[in-house]
Amino acid sequence: MVMFTLRRFLQLIPVFFGATLLVYFLVFATPGDPIAALSGGKPMAPAVQAALRAQYNLDQPFWIQYGLYLKNLVTLNLGQTFSGQDVSAVIGRAYPVTARLAFMALAIEAIFGVLFGVIAGLRKGKLFDATVLVASLVVIAVPTFVLGFVLQLVIGVQLGWARPTVSGAAPWNELILPALVLGLVSLAYVIRLTRASISENMNADYVRTATAKGLSRGRVVLVHILRNSLIPVVTFLGADLGSLMGGAIVTEGIFNVPGVGNLLYKAILKGESATVVAVVGILVIVFVVANLVVDLLYAWLDPRIRYV
Amino acid sequence: MSNHATGQGARALRSSDQPLLDIQDLAITFETSNGPVEAVRNAHLTIMPGETVAIVGESGSGKSTTALAAIGLLPSNGRVSGGKIIFDGEDITNVSSKRIVELRGNSIGMVPQDPMSNLNPVWKIGFQVKETLRANGLDGANSKERVAEVLSEAGLPDAAARAKQYPHEFSGGMRQRALIAIGLACRPRLLIADEPTSALDVTVQRQILDHLDKMTTELGTAVLLITHDLGLAAERAEKLVVMYKGQVVESGPALEILRNPQHPYTQRLVNSAPSLASRRLQSQKAKDALAAAVADLDTPVDGEHPAPVAPRTVPAAAKPVSADGRQHAQAGDTILEIKNLTKVFKLRGALGKSTDFKAVDDVSFSVPRGTTMAIVGESGSGKSTVAQMALSLLAPTEGSILFDGVEVNTLKGRALFDFRRRVQPIFQDPYGSLDPMFNIYRTIEEPLKIHKIGDSKSREKKVRELLDQVSMPASTMHRYPNELSGGQRQRIAIARALALNPDVIICDEAVSALDVLVQAQVLNLLNELQEDLGLTYLFITHDLAVVRQIADHVTVMQKGRVVEASSTDEVFSNPKQVYTQELLNAIPGATLLV
Repeated sequence: MVMFTLRRFLQLIPVFFGATLLVYFLVFATPGDPIAALSGGKPMAPAVQAALRAQYNLDQPFWIQYGLYLKNLVTLNLGQTFSGQDVSAVIGRAYPVTARLAFMALAIEAIFGVLFGVIAGLRKGKLFDATVLVASLVVIAVPTFVLGFVLQLVIGVQLGWARPTVSGAAPWNELILPALVLGLVSLAYVIRLTRASISENMNADYVRTATAKGLSRGRVVLVHILRNSLIPVVTFLGADLGSLMGGAIVTEGIFNVPGVGNLLYKAILKGESATVVAVVGILVIVFVVANLVVDLLYAWLDPRIRYV
Repeated sequence: MSNHATGQGARALRSSDQPLLDIQDLAITFETSNGPVEAVRNAHLTIMPGETVAIVGESGSGKSTTALAAIGLLPSNGRVSGGKIIFDGEDITNVSSKRIVELRGNSIGMVPQDPMSNLNPVWKIGFQVKETLRANGLDGANSKERVAEVLSEAGLPDAAARAKQYPHEFSGGMRQRALIAIGLACRPRLLIADEPTSALDVTVQRQILDHLDKMTTELGTAVLLITHDLGLAAERAEKLVVMYKGQVVESGPALEILRNPQHPYTQRLVNSAPSLASRRLQSQKAKDALAAAVADLDTPVDGEHPAPVAPRTVPAAAKPVSADGRQHAQAGDTILEIKNLTKVFKLRGALGKSTDFKAVDDVSFSVPRGTTMAIVGESGSGKSTVAQMALSLLAPTEGSILFDGVEVNTLKGRALFDFRRRVQPIFQDPYGSLDPMFNIYRTIEEPLKIHKIGDSKSREKKVRELLDQVSMPASTMHRYPNELSGGQRQRIAIARALALNPDVIICDEAVSALDVLVQAQVLNLLNELQEDLGLTYLFITHDLAVVRQIADHVTVMQKGRVVEASSTDEVFSNPKQVYTQELLNAIPGATLLV
């Protein structure tokens, strides 16, 4: 188990370098001159332009630029944004907000998804099951930005139950509505996955044997159906954490959340390679670690799986 | 279970004149998408305290359904639609779910069929025993010791340590012992044993049944045994209930039914029970030929001719010419020769070290053309590995396989392709070995197409012929595997194997998954085909009863090695090895009819 974990962390190294190289190249290859765009179309003195280019190493060929970036990275210097702020400081402000948002979304998914999924699976074909199935289908079919705007309008503006947009510090309570929107689609998938898994395990031979032993219905469900059914759900949730962190661009845009999605979007528009690569690099690490946690959880839930 | 009448069990004979379980006119209906289906009707059976009663029938006969109804475990779409189930004087037909939960475990226990799927894979064995005790209010302060006690009673060695293991760390036999421990943990008065050993090897099967016998006799537990094996039922139970198509067709004392079956179905069952059959099947043709040979004997030519009951020798006159015109060589010519075959698997151990595991160890035998060689052994004896190597699906570590004098290992490209045409497999599971997305026509045509034989018209003709050969109507062509029964599917698998006019067919447990009657039909079919087409069979099986019916020669394998090799009659009449004797003794019902 320890060896397995260690090996997975070693795998992080090539994954990290591969991802940063790719992202750096993509930003480099994006058409348009980031320096010219800085001045908003007004003419800029050639000397100033040249100085800026030199400051951000934009006058160097691609490999030198990437090499210099890596060199800075070793000394934990992530570079500066075009407005002169340290990238590390910008990221340090944005990541906690997005992490909070993503974990809240994940919690909503896990709690309500499993709960509704279990009830629907146990009462397959009944009214609750049918309602949940149709609702989840609707949620999956409607794009996030539509759902986001509708909920913002109804809950935020008309009912006034929550702030329609999030303030600068992005406290927990203001993030509930965006987290709901962010987690809604995955919630629908979790419900369907749990439901299918439960109704499959309900007919397993060992469940019948457990019943024949004289166990109460509740114990059979909790001890013998639920744990076995959660195995695929956990895999899904773990993989989803990564996409929630990186995929919050639309939701953060709608609710004006000052998180990573917003930051990344603006940085890409400006061609700020240092910011883009740093944000994506951290996302890659989050992804790999989340998947490692899933694998370890998997072994804990299913004793047949042992890593060597 | 035979000396139950003196039942010493604490609670067993509280009311010995009153039946413990009394099922009267039971009807069970399943709601299906095609409307209600009555799976059981007018079923009746009684079990006295401490008595063992067996329900015998093929799959789909309603035997398991009847038993499950008694413990309130019908599938959700099934319900009791008529009749009564009375347990110990209490009508439990439509009892509340609270009451049935009370009864389960400590009044009615169950030992299920398949030990592989009936233990929850994510909980330790000890936990699964303990929760049984707890659910029935029997876990005291010393529950840990009690768990170990219950497990060791069921014959599990080193129970305290074993209780800390997970089901996947147990062998099939050990799992079944754990399930027996669970079933009897709370000392129920009735134990429902649903095919408790049909998923296990014969020798393990015998140990487990003996142990179950002993325990239930000591505890005075009544047993409702469900089985498809008439020999096993007659050996283990005092009373038999024969079910056929949802109805009880016959019931009474076991030996009486066996000796004097009344209902036509029971008669067929008794006649075809493999465990009771005593000699090799013979095709009609062989019988005729033998009769002719006997007639010849009346005017003696030479004194060495065997008597008609002696081991089958195929008269040279009966040797056929196969459809493609190849002349089959004389008997005695060896078609498949295995020499010093060894297969070593590397098992991955800790820290990158691997240990060698010899699955097959220096195995040699040869198969004369037109005969059947059976390889017998328990699971893990290496018999299937030999089959896979003979099919050239697995490369041997050492040794050689000569097919018609040619080394199979070194075959490549075209030669290997031709070899594949001449050696065909039939596998165990008729459900898994047919592609569910292919209709029957495509299934049988595929090998012809791959080997570019004929055009689509002649191939269709060939498929029709093949279906006819395996006694399936031509209309089957457009159906899909899931519309056919297990026996029908196995016929399709045989037709597919025959499509290329092979010389050798390797049957890996080809009839093990089938019900007795179907098994008898398929064995007969294989036998007729052997006579008609001069086929050679390599028959892999764990079931000596099947061997007796189909094989000319037997190779007995144990732990990768050949322990005995001889003609079938020799092995059965005069087994030399202790292991072979054990295998023979383990055939259920072997001692019943002499």
